[in-house]
Amino acid sequence: MKTTQPRLRALVCSSLLALLLLALLYAQWWLGDLPTRMQFEARLAPPGLDHWLGTDALGRELWARTLAGLALSFQVGFLAALLGSAIALGLALLATFSSRLDALISMLIDTLLSVPHLVLLLLIAFALGGGLQAVVIAVAITHWPGLARVLRAELLQLRAAPYIGISRALGKSRGFILLHHFLPHALPHCLVGALLLFPHAILHEAALTFLGVGLSPSQPAIGLLLADAMRYLSGGYWWLGVFPGLGLLLMVLSIERIASSARRAL
Amino acid sequence: MLEACQLRYAFHAQPPLFEDVSLRLGAGEWIGLSGDSGAGKSTLGRLLAGHDEPAHGHIRIDGEQLPAKGLRPVQWLPQSPELAVNPHWRVTRVLNEAWAPPETLRRAFGIKPEWLNRPVRTLSGGELQRVCVLRALAPGVRYLIADEISTMLDPITQLALWQALKAEAEKRKLGVLVISHDAALLRRLCQRRYHLENARLHAAEHYQLS
Repeated sequence: MKTTQPRLRALVCSSLLALLLLALLYAQWWLGDLPTRMQFEARLAPPGLDHWLGTDALGRELWARTLAGLALSFQVGFLAALLGSAIALGLALLATFSSRLDALISMLIDTLLSVPHLVLLLLIAFALGGGLQAVVIAVAITHWPGLARVLRAELLQLRAAPYIGISRALGKSRGFILLHHFLPHALPHCLVGALLLFPHAILHEAALTFLGVGLSPSQPAIGLLLADAMRYLSGGYWWLGVFPGLGLLLMVLSIERIASSARRAL
Repeated sequence: MLEACQLRYAFHAQPPLFEDVSLRLGAGEWIGLSGDSGAGKSTLGRLLAGHDEPAHGHIRIDGEQLPAKGLRPVQWLPQSPELAVNPHWRVTRVLNEAWAPPETLRRAFGIKPEWLNRPVRTLSGGELQRVCVLRALAPGVRYLIADEISTMLDPITQLALWQALKAEAEKRKLGVLVISHDAALLRRLCQRRYHLENARLHAAEHYQLS
């Protein structure tokens, strides 16, 4: 029972995420303009048969807006995790070249880790003018140091392994060792790191959008839905905040659970 | 001729592991090196193969420094073959890392064709050691540092490995430094024998090896 439970949990999370992903991938096609279509006769309608998750102040369907928002969040999370882990992997590989480069990269990692990353995130997103690109870049720049530190330690340990020295003595170039010894060793760690970075990126996107320096107000982002919901919460319109929040929680938890399972399997 | 001149090695601020160690290994020559555990035999072997830098002294091959790039003419064979190969590779990839050994040599070293497609972690220590020895015999290699390579093998496998290596070394006039605790093995294989003790290298004739 002890061994099947985590597997079952991982399976449930993977299936849930796969379903969510399918829904999100096709959201743009089958939702059409539904997330932005206004129905003034049905403003702030509660959840029911006509409006499954209710509508917002402009009469827009909340279920469509939540799905579209999750699709956007997923896109941001994926791109930011990809970019962040690519930076981390590149710099960790570079650190194995020489002790001087390693010292420089370590200093950069320590410096970035010592700055509260939410402040840096806000500054970068603001400086880049907001929008999807700015959010992706801001999240990637502020989140690579943690993963880079792990990868760097892993690769420096590997550099001291006898088979690396032997490979060099057998005439293999630095490029060969990097591609055939270091990279395959680092990739599984990098994948887990990227998976763990994913939910962070999604939450930060929502936070940045909530604070007004993230995605554009015309896009149905989760952060924006939550910020809107804040204005109506005191009026008893609970569905405006609960459903987008639950959707975000479900997605983040599923990804986190899969990343933890992957880390344990490693 | 592989020459080590007045080598000195110390781990950071520790007293020297050994000093004033000089050694010459000619083409086709077999030299034995013994010493207690921790005396510095493996470290000396690693220095001779260019895997580490001495604190003082130098190593030359025919008067020249060891090449910084390309195949090194001195190859080090460590005691644990598991540490000498990428654990994620298959046997054939490890074997062909520097050259493609012909089938006759593979057979001489007892490497079975059915091993080739297996991941290295599925081979025993003895099987893997044979793969490592053959891998190190790439054309251009002139000296071997065999660091207790048969310690973990059964007597029959030991004999087969040394016979195959001896035959190939004689054919190619390879110089071999055999590092071992086994005095009988060193007496049998080597023309000259040294003993590392009290941070110095001594001719082993003066020592009663156990």
